[in-house]
Amino acid sequence: MFDIERYYQATDIQDAVAALCADPKAMVIAGGSDVLVEIREGKLAGVSLVSLQGLAELKGIRLEEDGTLLIRPMTTFAELTADPLIRQRIPMLAHAADQVGGPQIRHVGTLGGNLCNGVTSADTASTLFTFNAMLEVTGPAADWGGKGDPGDVLLAKKQIPIAEFYQGPGKVALGTGEILTGLRIASEDYKGYHGHYIKYAMRNAMDIATLGCAVNCRFDAACGHLEDLKLAFGVAGPVPMRCPETEAALKGMAVGQALNQIGARAAAEVKPRDSWRASKAFRLQLVRELSRRALQQALDFARQEGGAAHA
Amino acid sequence: MGVGASIPRVDAFEKVTGRAKYTEDLMPGNALTGMILHSTIANGLVRSLDVSEALKLPGVERIVTCFDVPDIMFPTAGHPWSVEPSHQDVADRKLLNQRVRYYGDDIAAVIAQDEVTASRALKLIKVAYEEYPPLLTMEAALAPGARPIHEECPGNILKQVTYQLGDFEEALREPGLRLIEGQYETPAVQHCHLEKPMSFAYMENGRIVVVSSTQIPHIVRRVIGQALGIPWGKVRVIKPYIGGGFGNKQEVLYEPLNAYLTTLVGGRCVKLDISREETFVSTRTRHGMQFHLKSAVRPDGRMVARQIEVYSNQGGYASHGHAIVSNSVNTFRQLYQAEKATATKSCTVYTNLPSGGAMRGYGVPQIIFALESHMQDIAEAMGLDPIAFREMNAMKAGFVDPLNGITCHSTGLAECIAKGRAYIGWDEKRKSYMNQTGPLRRGVGMAIFSYKTGVYPIALETASCRLVLNQDGTAQLQMGATEIGQGADTIFAQMAAETTGLRQEDIHVISTQDTDVTPFDPGAYASRQTYVSGMALKETAQLFRQRLLDEAARRLGIKAKAMDIKDSQIMEIRSGKFLISLADLAALAFYSLDKTQHITAEATHHCKDNTFSFGACFAEVEVDIPLGKVKIMDIINVHDSGRLINPQTAQAQIHGGMSMGLGYALSEQLLFDGQGKTLNGNFLDYKVPTCLDTPELAVDFVETEDPTGPYGNKSLGEPPAIPGAPAIRNAVLHATGVAFDRIPITPQRMIEKFKDAGLLEGV
Repeated sequence: MFDIERYYQATDIQDAVAALCADPKAMVIAGGSDVLVEIREGKLAGVSLVSLQGLAELKGIRLEEDGTLLIRPMTTFAELTADPLIRQRIPMLAHAADQVGGPQIRHVGTLGGNLCNGVTSADTASTLFTFNAMLEVTGPAADWGGKGDPGDVLLAKKQIPIAEFYQGPGKVALGTGEILTGLRIASEDYKGYHGHYIKYAMRNAMDIATLGCAVNCRFDAACGHLEDLKLAFGVAGPVPMRCPETEAALKGMAVGQALNQIGARAAAEVKPRDSWRASKAFRLQLVRELSRRALQQALDFARQEGGAAHA
Repeated sequence: MGVGASIPRVDAFEKVTGRAKYTEDLMPGNALTGMILHSTIANGLVRSLDVSEALKLPGVERIVTCFDVPDIMFPTAGHPWSVEPSHQDVADRKLLNQRVRYYGDDIAAVIAQDEVTASRALKLIKVAYEEYPPLLTMEAALAPGARPIHEECPGNILKQVTYQLGDFEEALREPGLRLIEGQYETPAVQHCHLEKPMSFAYMENGRIVVVSSTQIPHIVRRVIGQALGIPWGKVRVIKPYIGGGFGNKQEVLYEPLNAYLTTLVGGRCVKLDISREETFVSTRTRHGMQFHLKSAVRPDGRMVARQIEVYSNQGGYASHGHAIVSNSVNTFRQLYQAEKATATKSCTVYTNLPSGGAMRGYGVPQIIFALESHMQDIAEAMGLDPIAFREMNAMKAGFVDPLNGITCHSTGLAECIAKGRAYIGWDEKRKSYMNQTGPLRRGVGMAIFSYKTGVYPIALETASCRLVLNQDGTAQLQMGATEIGQGADTIFAQMAAETTGLRQEDIHVISTQDTDVTPFDPGAYASRQTYVSGMALKETAQLFRQRLLDEAARRLGIKAKAMDIKDSQIMEIRSGKFLISLADLAALAFYSLDKTQHITAEATHHCKDNTFSFGACFAEVEVDIPLGKVKIMDIINVHDSGRLINPQTAQAQIHGGMSMGLGYALSEQLLFDGQGKTLNGNFLDYKVPTCLDTPELAVDFVETEDPTGPYGNKSLGEPPAIPGAPAIRNAVLHATGVAFDRIPITPQRMIEKFKDAGLLEGV
């Protein structure tokens, strides 16, 4: 039995925004795989919920005309992993989504929930950082001013880069009444890239990341040099993070040299902390080793395709 | 089919279809919800509890605090009662306790209409404490001036025992001995049975009925009587199917509180369905222990003198107390024998942590980790063959323990080792994995163990059984011993078929124990049931068979001695001729107009023997040095548990134990913060291996015929969990040259030690 004060099933995006405006303390529930756990633990006992379950406009994955991939936030991890577009264009994300929890969780947990939780360990987040994902947030229009019937709320959309969406542990850039309604990856951020995400956890399933490492890169035709590199980590800081200095230093470098340098450079740039789950020193060792292994795997993928990268 | 056949479990269909009724399935829909308020300090006193706000909440029926409960201290260990006060378990807690002894201690309880109301009421209770510094390590608890956690135990030492066989110091004087020392440490871990401990209680005709997920219904009845200060016969305990216990339910947990709560609401049904988090913190754990071992060894490998010093972390309450570490020391003394002297010191220490209790292996997984690590270390240090060294010093057939007389009636240890050695490719891999370089390195390791069967002569061993004939010639089998998921009902049915001559499908095992009707047996623990309860069953079955033959003799005019029962039919022995079916015989016994008789049999076996089972584990690992990961490439347990009653369920039992051993070796441990609060009391943060962390588990047996077992059988329930951790530890040592003397061998500990060993440079 869960201690839920009020549960409201939204009928569409506008209805959800209206319900959240009407009850500013209410929380969004998507798949529920985190929210229900926290209610049960007592952290969210007595909470009011606005559910986005079943809203068709928040589901689905498609390619926009300019080649941008659009993922709606209520897409589950299992759907992401199985989706032909994702598998073909950004297989790295299909793989990252498949690292979450276990099969049951991956069938209820959603991409949107994974991001809006604001936790640094989210398996899809570091990968999406390397794709410069742009988040579409829908909320009450500024000129609506909260007057009148919440049911008549005017909607406004804004686009937020994923790196700006994360504001601190458990804190994301969602104001009152705002919900995540889409996630976009521009074609220039995935075409020609090969990448790999490594989740390091204490178990091979049903676990949270001790460290997550995402490497996404473009090699030259011979796979001899790095043309571009995007490197992101989960649990290497309070929120998922990129390593711009390492990326800049390795751009244009011969792959052998890059493999030699990536670990030490990344370790100098990240900011993991000591916790009872893992020490800072241990996490730094993982940063050193995993960044090199993920880069090696990305290179292997590129070579397997003979340089023919994502279409 | 009788003994030795791999028949399907008698409860398999009910369980896999979800029909089997567990405690939660039986809870009445209108049961009130009981919930417990746990302390948020580890050491101190409850000064006051203000329940006024909580009582105002609609739906709250009653709140009871540590100031209201009967002033009775009671014991909780699932041991048979002792009529000698000096052997009785330590009684050191009340139903709710004003003196807080660990973070999570029980200080009040709410009875409400539903869970949400009860949980909201708990939050409205205001507690004022007098706080003392938490004593979270044995060192802190033993420090001079440390405040007693229990007034009656001033130095926080629950019990300390020292003794010697021979003279250790004198034995060390022998010239040419090599003295090797080792210090080893094992963590507190939890049983993680699938079904939480849960119960519900109500009153009927002035008596209290408690339905509980327990291994020990008759002991629960006694302790409820003791805790509430009421006659034991006023209590009825019913044990339905249970989803595992592993020793945590060889303990009287919340049944006495549950029984008390129903008395507060006029006998209405109250359920206590505690959470998984409460199960981790407020039930029992496996004791964490610290070992200091010393061995004096001749150059040829013969052990001349051995010494053990062990400290066992009891936590806040006595539970099984010193009995656990006593079992560790007994195993130290039994598995290997020094030629001249054995010196022991064991100490059980109260601390402000969750309480240690019984858990599969009862102190033996701890000592076998320490001992088999130590044996490996000695072999490496002295350049001895690790297997030959063990075999030279290990227990042989005919061994009689000098202190308790337990005798080695049969042993297949050498054959177990030989089988494991061949399976893993020991001789070749010990050589080929030497001098490896690079980030991935492989190794093989092994460990052996011995384990007694039941608790004689340390405690009482008694068991009883009843067989009741049905009108159609089939029979009910009633055991006081309990099915707890291990397959007891199945092998009892096989034993009954073997001895009565009834077909196995004609024997219906009543799985539920009900202390009002079930014959007495202390319950499922100590791997005792096939051995001790099996003897009661065999005696009962012989009696039952004899009564059936006597009845046939009366009806047929043939001497009972001349007849036999096979496949539920009476046969003439000499001719092999069919005489009468049991169905027809039963019809006559029940319904004939001249003389009727309900044929039943019942026997109690007071067991005064014991025997050792043995086994070995061989493991091959691959260590990813820069990532601190151990991958089990292959692992086998080979067991001598005497004759197997059901080889397939025996194998399943070993799979489960090996899985526990993997977690113990690599990932499982309870962690606490500086205030004594459990950090990882849930299945996300407490790392039980998943199926993706578990390799194929190979199992083999060496079937000896034990002369004392009812069917040649010996203990099997607990032993599978024992040898895995040291075998894996020794394999990691072989792979990397790094000795881990503390489990679990977690990735972080590996990285730290590999770094110290210089293994992280240049790989």
